[in-house]
Amino acid sequence: MSANDETHNEYLTEYVTVMIGGQLFGLPISRVQDVFMPDRLTRVPLAAPEIAGVLNLRGRIVTAIDMRRRLGLPPREDARPPMAVGIELRGESYGVLIDAVGEVMKLADGTREANPVNLDARLARVSAGVHRLDGQLLVILDVDRVLDTSSDALAA
Amino acid sequence: MDDLLREFLTETNESLDVVDVELVRFEQDPNNAGILDNIFRLVHTIKGTCGFLGLPRLEALAHAAETLMGKFRDGMPVTGEAVTLILSTIDRLKQVLADLEANEQEPEGSDTDLIGELERMAIAGTVAAAPAAAAPAEPKSSEGKLAVQTLERPLRPGEVSLDELERAFRETAPEVPEAAPEPAKAEAKKADARKADARKADAKAKGPGRKPASEGEEEKSDTKVANQSIRVNVETLENLMTMVSELVLTRNQLLEIVRRHEDSEFKVPLQRLSNVTAELQEGVMKTRMQPIGNAWQKLPRIVRDLATELDKDIELEMHGAETELDRQVLDLIKDPLTHMVRNSADHGLETPEERRAAKKPEKGTIRLSAYHEGGHIIIEIADDGRGLNTERIKAKLVANGLASEIDVEKMTEAQIHKFIFAPGFSTAAKVTSVSGRGVGMDVVRNNIDQIGGTIDVKSVMGEGSSFTIKIPLTLAIVSALIVEAAGDRFAIPQLSVIELVRAQTNSEHRIERIKDTPVLRLRNKLLPLIHLKKLLKIDDGGESEPENGFIVVTQVGSQTFGIVVDGVFHTEEIVVKPMSTKLRHINMFSGNTILGDGSVIMIIDPNGIAQSVGSSAAHDAEEESEAQRNATIEKTISLLVFRAGSPEPKAVPLSLVTRLEEVDCKKIEQSNGRYLVQYRGQLMPLVRVSENVRVKTEGAQPLLVFSDAGRSMGLVVDEIVDIVEDRLDIQVGSDVPGVLGSAVIKGQATEVIDVGHFLPLAFEDWFRRKEMRAEALTRTLLFVDDSAFFRNMLAPVLKAAGYDVTAVGGADEALAILKRGQRFDVVVSDIEMPGMNGFELAEAIRADARTAQTPIIALSSITSPATIERGRQAGFHDFVAKFDRQGLIAALKESTVEWSEAA
Repeated sequence: MSANDETHNEYLTEYVTVMIGGQLFGLPISRVQDVFMPDRLTRVPLAAPEIAGVLNLRGRIVTAIDMRRRLGLPPREDARPPMAVGIELRGESYGVLIDAVGEVMKLADGTREANPVNLDARLARVSAGVHRLDGQLLVILDVDRVLDTSSDALAA
Repeated sequence: MDDLLREFLTETNESLDVVDVELVRFEQDPNNAGILDNIFRLVHTIKGTCGFLGLPRLEALAHAAETLMGKFRDGMPVTGEAVTLILSTIDRLKQVLADLEANEQEPEGSDTDLIGELERMAIAGTVAAAPAAAAPAEPKSSEGKLAVQTLERPLRPGEVSLDELERAFRETAPEVPEAAPEPAKAEAKKADARKADARKADAKAKGPGRKPASEGEEEKSDTKVANQSIRVNVETLENLMTMVSELVLTRNQLLEIVRRHEDSEFKVPLQRLSNVTAELQEGVMKTRMQPIGNAWQKLPRIVRDLATELDKDIELEMHGAETELDRQVLDLIKDPLTHMVRNSADHGLETPEERRAAKKPEKGTIRLSAYHEGGHIIIEIADDGRGLNTERIKAKLVANGLASEIDVEKMTEAQIHKFIFAPGFSTAAKVTSVSGRGVGMDVVRNNIDQIGGTIDVKSVMGEGSSFTIKIPLTLAIVSALIVEAAGDRFAIPQLSVIELVRAQTNSEHRIERIKDTPVLRLRNKLLPLIHLKKLLKIDDGGESEPENGFIVVTQVGSQTFGIVVDGVFHTEEIVVKPMSTKLRHINMFSGNTILGDGSVIMIIDPNGIAQSVGSSAAHDAEEESEAQRNATIEKTISLLVFRAGSPEPKAVPLSLVTRLEEVDCKKIEQSNGRYLVQYRGQLMPLVRVSENVRVKTEGAQPLLVFSDAGRSMGLVVDEIVDIVEDRLDIQVGSDVPGVLGSAVIKGQATEVIDVGHFLPLAFEDWFRRKEMRAEALTRTLLFVDDSAFFRNMLAPVLKAAGYDVTAVGGADEALAILKRGQRFDVVVSDIEMPGMNGFELAEAIRADARTAQTPIIALSSITSPATIERGRQAGFHDFVAKFDRQGLIAALKESTVEWSEAA
């Protein structure tokens, strides 16, 4: 995570909120390229399980990461198609597959709290803290850690 | 930076590179006036330009070098010393140029050392070569033309007159007519020709065999070409390439759309667009290709310097310099190649004395060659030096902790040689300034790995080593065959595809099986086959007819194999897009691409597949030869290989198995939680190897039947795979009950089953019952065998036969027990044991009065008449082959009866 959404209380960070398995997550809007409907996903044999496949997004090849798998959640029961959040990392395009996209929220960095100790380990691994909203918890996704699938293969 | 200066830097650097190469050639061929003229002109051009730009230091250096070279032209003998001096002058020039590039001005400093040397040598040459003195020391003919050319004194000794220079230009560059009158102007004109010179020199460097006779003519045409060439920034080319790639994709999409609409009016113009695109693509592709000779350009100079430094006589041969490859790849292999040539010169080749002693020609040869092979470029670096020292590598491996001594002993020479690519490995006994700095072949291999290449080494002690680098051309656009496997489409690069074969049960091409390996008999050759979906683990389990399918016959290097796919569509031009870093580790794919219909598919990497074919094949071959080697030492035994509960094979010595049966599943009954089957009029309990084994509910259930004393047990297995002859060497022990451990059987890790564990599972009283019976006729038995496996396997069997077994792992231990006074009714001993062997044990037992009468039975895998005779002499009562369980029991009965009778 960049330093600016860490320390300065007066700063506001905009988050794109998404739902994954009933939990609300926030992705810093600065890291989100676009939101799209993944179409014609090609599975990649021999790839890591959380790699849902690759797809063509306007001429670019995007690697789709199945967030449910990444978080150790069961696959969705309803057959509704997932949405994807486009993220760029080191010149490569990724699509993070999520259940649904919510709104854009402006939250003060000062109200962000560290991960609760009882946060599920798989969640904690990709979380950069939480925001308490009215009645629910918003888990901030650390995009770099979400995409770094190699490190927790060791940790797991 | 000033444009003029930048241009000057680029061109001068290039010229100097050419001079480097040409000088080395010239040294070997001092009578070639063509080469000398070329060098002379290049240096003169540099000198002139420096003067023009006001760079006195460079100019003075170039001038001094030029003077010495003028002496060569006048007939002064070309000595290695002189060439070295000129080469170091060129190095100095490069150094100054580098500073110039960084600071935009000539650095401070003096070159009087070099200039003095050059002048001294030039004068010495003049004295030595009398006719050279005739060269007229003309005063400067033109005043005020160029301020910087005005020297302190009219002309240095032996300085070449301008007239003479111009004569050289007229002779060699006739297409520059205005050379004479105005030098400054001529310089400018000649600047155009400079590139031509560079190119020509390039051409010469690439084709060393070319005759100088044709040079003049060549130059003419070359110059014309050069005059039409421009410099283009590499980035511009890369962008162009990307754009063309996109264009190709779009074209493909359009074609796909038109394919769906018959009678489209777009058809004709699109066809035209398609053709133009193809041509454009080819054209852009050409701009990326460069002859590999460009990467070799610096090598002659390097080798020459090394030869001088190391006092060796080295010849560098270069073949196939014109072989073209992508410039990106070219850049990346330059350094590894240089490093390897250095290595060959330093470590590979011996000193002349050593070579004389080894009856080799004094001159060592390093041979570089390059050629295309099936979408790859093969580069070989071979030397006729001393070859890799296997022993030293071994010692180093052990010393560096890269492998244990035992591992090293087991390895083949080729395997050991491969370790030179391991990180932190350098065998150079002494660290020379040339190589052996710890960064060695591992760096080379890393660089080659990065571009998807491979490196291999072959070496024969005393005869030389040869390194083979194989790198993909990595063209951005390739023609690929689109195939289907398990519902997914994949692209196989057309370059490696030889042909397509449709295999059908009744056609002449059909898939056969040798053991479990599918093969295709194609024109009397057996091709190994690989099922793509199995390889990629995407087997949907759907109906796949094992005998039918489309086979893509693929060649990778010298390896040919068939890839079995479900369907073949068409060929398509695809743009190779690199795989995401998350997927790059999958070596079965070389990239991915977007097809005309917009979907993304994976591009199969035939190399990756070949490796998976090759590794198993090579492994087999190695195992076999190893098995053969060991055959003389240890006999093989028959093993029954089966599968039960897991895909990994399991094995049990065949001699323990009474029968192999298949029973109708309907006959299997369940009672009290146990499976039973009526077998030969008795109820036979069925035992599973593990919980994972499922007793089939329909069809036939294969069983291994173990019988003893009228009772039988059936071991439920999924499948009986094979009966193999192999030696049994349990390498990894096991904590799992029922498994003795793992052994490599026919090249595969196999679990060896402990039958003794399962017998009591069938009948809780299997042993107890025996023991009860045995109470009446208990015989004590000492069982000596060094192999834990045999102890584990036979002890229960012997127990089952009614003996109170004490098993020990060696003759010493056995003797110790006997010495303590413990009495045994019978001793069963292995023959081949470390330390004291069975014969010696028998003799020792016979020698002791207390045990002289105890019957001893030998167990051995060697049952030749000679050993049996030897055994009798040593005092063995009987000689039984290992695993001949019935034989052993019979022999035991006999001997104990004898004994009791004797008692």
